[in-house]
Amino acid sequence: MNMKIATILLLASTTALAACAKKAPEVLPPAPVETPQPGQTGPQVQPTGPMVGTQAHFAAAVGSSTTIYFDTDRYNVDSQDAAALQAQAQYFARYPQVTFTIEGHADERGTREYNLALGERRANSAKSYLVSLGVDANRISVVSYGKERPVALASDESAWAQNRRAASVVIN
Amino acid sequence: MKPLFLAALLFTTTMPVAVMAQDLGAPIGEDGPVEAATTDASQAQAEEGISFTVTDESAWSDIGIAIPSFATDRERPTPANEAGTGALGREIARVITANLRNNGLFKPVGPDSLPQPEFPQITAPAFSAWSGRGAEMLVHGYVRARDDGRLVVGCYLYDVALQNELVREGWVVAPADWRRAAHKCSDLIFSRLTGESPFFDSRIAYIAETGPKDRRVKRLAVMDSDGANHRFLTLGSATALTPRYSPDYSKILYLSYVDGNPRIYVYDIGTGKQTLVTENRNPTIAPRWSPDGKSILYSMGVAGNTDIYRVSATGGASIKLTDNPGIDVGGSYSPDGSKIVFESDRSGSQQCYVMDADGKNQRRITFFGGRCATPEWSPRGDQIAFTRIAGDFNVAVMNTSGGNMRVLTRGWQDEAPTWAPNGRIIQFFRTEKNTGRSGIWQVDLTGQNERRLPTPVDASDPAWGPIRP
Repeated sequence: MNMKIATILLLASTTALAACAKKAPEVLPPAPVETPQPGQTGPQVQPTGPMVGTQAHFAAAVGSSTTIYFDTDRYNVDSQDAAALQAQAQYFARYPQVTFTIEGHADERGTREYNLALGERRANSAKSYLVSLGVDANRISVVSYGKERPVALASDESAWAQNRRAASVVIN
Repeated sequence: MKPLFLAALLFTTTMPVAVMAQDLGAPIGEDGPVEAATTDASQAQAEEGISFTVTDESAWSDIGIAIPSFATDRERPTPANEAGTGALGREIARVITANLRNNGLFKPVGPDSLPQPEFPQITAPAFSAWSGRGAEMLVHGYVRARDDGRLVVGCYLYDVALQNELVREGWVVAPADWRRAAHKCSDLIFSRLTGESPFFDSRIAYIAETGPKDRRVKRLAVMDSDGANHRFLTLGSATALTPRYSPDYSKILYLSYVDGNPRIYVYDIGTGKQTLVTENRNPTIAPRWSPDGKSILYSMGVAGNTDIYRVSATGGASIKLTDNPGIDVGGSYSPDGSKIVFESDRSGSQQCYVMDADGKNQRRITFFGGRCATPEWSPRGDQIAFTRIAGDFNVAVMNTSGGNMRVLTRGWQDEAPTWAPNGRIIQFFRTEKNTGRSGIWQVDLTGQNERRLPTPVDASDPAWGPIRP
């Protein structure tokens, strides 16, 4: 992903959500049934709208771009990840009071300790990209959960693709 | 009857930081060594001048062993068994029988299908009666409650055909520790018949797991080598992972999310207090003890890159042992403390490497197909157990140069081997496909004798401690 383009996109500073189409995880697309929003702790969008500083507000603004996905054993930010992180960066630029945690995760097909290190690597990869887009590093916490907190529960390629992720979660 | 309660020893902690622990249960207290008794010759009328007879070692695996109830000199009440010392003698024989049977090496017959010897017969067995039952080996023993409430347990192993005593030993234990006497007796029998080092009187730290796959509760827990005396050490509000008993059983290293981040703590079993392994804002994972308990290895991620560090068990500055853009994690010392085997993906995938204890001379040792993860050096020094990833996850062993690789298990996901103190048995955890349920299993080095350990709930991350004093 070209950093200049990313920065230009950010500078354009549209708060529109156009740039953040849901990225299909690698190998297989996610199942068409509803999947839980990773890391979402607040309620869904309410008639009055969620408040700034909540995960619900963040998710309502960027949609599925709260989370990026990785290939097996990889931690690089690809073009689809970059689009999602740009949407995040726009949101965090518009709401500079919001701080957040990037949770790094791995699928279950890795050993426990290695996956903790891999989740750490992925979360930091997402953090570095956001910082490169102008988000203050001091606003970003990072935590790895390894394979301990899956969102997709089956033991197949589709589930593993959904679990190899870095999810941005607003700190309330 | 006044049961003896050992006052919790107050250890002066030299760790720099006292941590506000929010997930710890009540401390279980530290246990001491078992006192050896001189088999109480006067009480048990032991014979003197026994000559040892070596049995045919090649056939020991088929040996039939009779283990009748241990006798008691006088039926007395004991906190160890509400029915008294006689009933306790039967329980001890049951524990020994289960120990020897569950490891697939012997064919013991326990007290529930055998006649009960009288107290004087413990040192003068009715050999003809036992040979008539096809027993080749005979275990006798006794339980005696002392006036101070402690128990004396004697243990005798006889060769029935030769009508000879092979070995005897005795122990004085607090009533709460009666199972330890059974384990010591099991070890005595096992070692005498196999020539191997003992392992039954040892404990296992592990992670107890409950709840659905996406909301799994993971608690630090400990148990005896046979699954008895299970205790939870944390309450479950914070995820706990990857425990390791210190070589003297006084402490446990483990990972906890109690402050929201993965961090390694040193939990003092005697005081119930815990401290951070290192004062640092970075995540720390994968804790390990050096064989002498004086050093601790941990892995730490700095800006996303994980490397292996060493710190003194009494605190102080950490020393970085690996310095590599790949993930370097874990580590297991050779028994002499001179080398460390660890895993790294610096070549592109997880492989096992050996380095000197100071981090020098790092070199890859695994070049077979698949990946090498979670290497653990055998207490005997000759082999390394690891998780082999080649499609499925299996437990395998290799020599310390990476040669003679042998796969021991065939589960879908068998992970994180830990050695028995004698280096003959390996425990690991097996995770089920889809459900994510896990259990602790063990397998011997032949791969033939595999079984699941009984745990009250699902279990993972077993860490086998050394033989207890």
